[in-house]
Amino acid sequence: MSMLAPAMPVRRSARTEIAVAAIFIALALVPFAAAYGAQGYILSLFVRVMVFAIAALAVDFLCGFGGLITFGHAAFIGLGAYTVAIAGAHGVTDMAITLPLAILVSALFAYVTGTICLRTSGVYFIMITLAFGQMAYFIAGSLAPYGGDDGITLPARSTLFGLAVFKDDRALYYVTLGFLAGAYFLLRAVVYSRFGRVFRGARENPTRMATIGFDVFRYQRIGYVIAGALGGLAGFLLANATEFVSPAYMSWQRSGELIIMVIFGGLGTLYGAIVGAASFLLLEEVLAGFTENWKLIFGPLLVLIVLFARGGMVGLVTSIKARLTRG
Amino acid sequence: MSFTLFIVQTLNGLQFGVLLFLIAAGLTLVFGVMDFINLAHGVQYMLGAYLAVMFYALTGSFVLALILALIAALAFGLLLEFTVFRHLYDRDHLEQVIATFGIIIFLNQAVKVVWGAAPLNLPIPEALAGTVQLMPGLVYPVWRLVIIASGLIVALMLYLLVSRTRVGMLVRAGATHARIVSALGVDIRRLFMIVFGFGTMLAAFAGVMIAPILSVEPGMGDSVLILAFVVIVIGGIGSMRGAFMAALLIGLVDTLGRSFMIDILRLVMPPSPARTVGPAIASMLIYVLMALVLYFRPAGLFPAKGRS
Amino acid sequence: MANKLLMSVAAAAIMVASGAQGPAFAQEKLKIGVVTTLSGPAAVLGQQLRNGLQLAVKDNGGKLGGREVELIIQDDELKPDVAVSKAKALVDRDKVDFVVGPIFSNILVAIMKPVTEGGTILISPNAGTSNFAGKDCNPNFFVTSYQNDQNHEVMGKYAQDAGIKKPFIMAPNYPAGKDSLSGFKRFYKGELADEIYVPLNQLDYSAELSKIAASGADAVFVFLPGGMGVNFVKQFRQAGLADKVKFLSAFTVDESTLPAQKEAALGFFGGANWAPDLDNPQNKKFVAGYEKEYGGAIPGSYAFQAYDAGLLIDGALKATGGKTDNKDALRAAMKKAPFTSLRGKFKFGNNNYPIQDFYQVKVVQVGDKFATSIDKKVFTDYQDPHAKDCSMK
Repeated sequence: MSMLAPAMPVRRSARTEIAVAAIFIALALVPFAAAYGAQGYILSLFVRVMVFAIAALAVDFLCGFGGLITFGHAAFIGLGAYTVAIAGAHGVTDMAITLPLAILVSALFAYVTGTICLRTSGVYFIMITLAFGQMAYFIAGSLAPYGGDDGITLPARSTLFGLAVFKDDRALYYVTLGFLAGAYFLLRAVVYSRFGRVFRGARENPTRMATIGFDVFRYQRIGYVIAGALGGLAGFLLANATEFVSPAYMSWQRSGELIIMVIFGGLGTLYGAIVGAASFLLLEEVLAGFTENWKLIFGPLLVLIVLFARGGMVGLVTSIKARLTRG
Repeated sequence: MSFTLFIVQTLNGLQFGVLLFLIAAGLTLVFGVMDFINLAHGVQYMLGAYLAVMFYALTGSFVLALILALIAALAFGLLLEFTVFRHLYDRDHLEQVIATFGIIIFLNQAVKVVWGAAPLNLPIPEALAGTVQLMPGLVYPVWRLVIIASGLIVALMLYLLVSRTRVGMLVRAGATHARIVSALGVDIRRLFMIVFGFGTMLAAFAGVMIAPILSVEPGMGDSVLILAFVVIVIGGIGSMRGAFMAALLIGLVDTLGRSFMIDILRLVMPPSPARTVGPAIASMLIYVLMALVLYFRPAGLFPAKGRS
Repeated sequence: MANKLLMSVAAAAIMVASGAQGPAFAQEKLKIGVVTTLSGPAAVLGQQLRNGLQLAVKDNGGKLGGREVELIIQDDELKPDVAVSKAKALVDRDKVDFVVGPIFSNILVAIMKPVTEGGTILISPNAGTSNFAGKDCNPNFFVTSYQNDQNHEVMGKYAQDAGIKKPFIMAPNYPAGKDSLSGFKRFYKGELADEIYVPLNQLDYSAELSKIAASGADAVFVFLPGGMGVNFVKQFRQAGLADKVKFLSAFTVDESTLPAQKEAALGFFGGANWAPDLDNPQNKKFVAGYEKEYGGAIPGSYAFQAYDAGLLIDGALKATGGKTDNKDALRAAMKKAPFTSLRGKFKFGNNNYPIQDFYQVKVVQVGDKFATSIDKKVFTDYQDPHAKDCSMK
């Protein structure tokens, strides 16, 4: 089965529920385990994992369910992050303002660019999303008052109604976890809804959906805006996690990494995006610890995963399990 | 903004466009005929340059280095085709992207391990190293003219090859109706291998030709790869003519944009912001161009006929 | 099954994150974290940094300040968020006493807070941004290189004194590029042929070279580090400009780029605080040692400044008796710069940036290799202009 074949049958099997529950319980327990080790480092590592998981969820939603392969999603992360940084530079640090603003800005960008991008399909869609991603990247690099290409340090993490809620790393961790869970369940609900059925249907056979009487373009654009808004949310969190924002957050390599994360975990499963982000970033961390030339291992690993582990990590587990039960 | 400056910049744009064409030609062939997205195409360009540097150090002759580098690059390309790419042809695009991206990561690091991280240098052949006066007040490096000429010759060769030979006919047919070609009893595997090997050599050729101008360093293929994709998408995937036109278009727009954007902006804003906004807009120009083209022609300027 | 896999991934991650570094009570070893760029084209600079520091440790018998040294080297991949994560790993997980790095200014800006806020000392062997020299100066931050503007100021002063009439000045369009040209203009007061910014990491300078030729400039001043400089220098020579237009630069012709520029850069000028042939015994020993250790490569400024960072740690720890727990004492010891720098005279200003001499250097051929060579001293005991904005004493 090819990875782009119809998304995994959308069913709420007990097994999926257990896997999802396990993921979130494991993530909720990380800070307790971290207390015994290098707490700040572990928390920051896993916050990064969860932030990229949110963005990867959005990418999975577009690629795995909508068949819209986006190669410019890092731009939304950057937009969210820059909203926080620019507002911060003007003295607005309260997340009651910056968070909705970050989401709104990215959603708006998604609406405008989506209107243009969705006229195309297939590889042309990939490239036009790349084009907008690059434009956002170069614009960010030219923002001289906000650090230009060097990026800009936040004065402090966001506050909530004046309270420095993110001062504690754990608070940031759990807020991020909350947003991740929210994003996951939101997307799941969307995928299962009537809207989701049209959105998925448009990927398999847009002509049929159009014939039935659905305005495919409008559905896809709404999907694109949802994914863009989630990218902005991830950007808001990333800015708070690193207390630093730079155009590097929106480079095309970043957009590519998001796709790799999704494939790593297994396309069209949603929770695979979380597994993928975690395994991608943790693997990078582990391999880089072993050798300076870790990319000599990482590159071939990607090839091997494509050649031998169709369906990513999640698919790998499923197929091993199938083989085991067969005896 | 004098006239000679404009001529020089046009030549520069042409040279850049020709270079992009050499890379994009292979990419669009492989993509068009085999429906295979090969991100590793840019690495072939880098490899061509590195191999030329190595063979130049061994032989001391640019021509020998060029020939040996092309042969070695071809051999390496075929090795990759045999071990990895062959298993990806019937996969979807996303999987091809990931696997070939893995190869980029690997090879970028591998050249660093083999040849070191420091940029390397390939000298211009002695006889072609100077400058030539094209008209009064206009001197131009000979080597850049050589690149333009060799690129145009390759383009002409490709045109004849695709329009006049049997292999060319199959390539054209394969770009639009791969299944039918295969059903007619053509050994599609062999055709693929020829096309792939040819594309690889074109990319390596581009790498060798540009090595005397640019530094040879790890990752040099990455930015060029993205530009080559921009070219083939603007041109229409699978269309050789489209790739040629789009490559020249991108080369000219990028070069002229970079050199005149600031002057143009100075007409409408004070010089200081123009100086900083100019380069940003110039960098963006080709992407704006691509978005515009795709907005009005969602399948590129010259879509290969019959391709859905 | 899926959950088991997840659990094991999580468990492995936590193990890697916490346990893998061995017993935490091995107090005697001095841990030094290194944040440097080891991937991408810029890796050549990052490797020099690493090599220089490693050589300093080796030349001291594997010890600094009498303590065994463990270097923990991290690749920042030139991505700021990766660098933040690596810096946190060094401070939080590895509990390093010092962090040495990075090469690039944008990485420095990103890691400053995570490294220094807990009291760990950050020593930059290259990047020295103006904000940390001025209003954002930091008692836990020391610089063994220069303030970013200074090498450009050297060239500006030279151009002014040498009677250059109409220089064409050019830099990449990013903050360091703007600092560069304003640094040049701080000392050069005459007319400019033109002042342009090019996109960062531009490879082909054909458009700009045509402009230079058309502008009637008698000199160029460029700041094009790394691969950009390699390309520009080769293309400048190929365009036939080298005989007509004087070539002034900063970070454009140095030991990291000369192996690729070779003859093309001969006779070109740069501004620097050091050159491999700077005449003092410690520098001779360093250059010879570096060439021996690293396959005959001539060290560049990145290597020598990292070596000096090692010497700085060594000297400061000798003053505190090898102790790092009393941060005030440690900082006070470091501020005195108790070491013999490879560049000779060296002291810290109020902002912990160096006060030092600057030279105009020229590219020469040494055997079959190329290197910069001291041509003329331009500034004596020069302190950066931002120091007055720093509130530290």
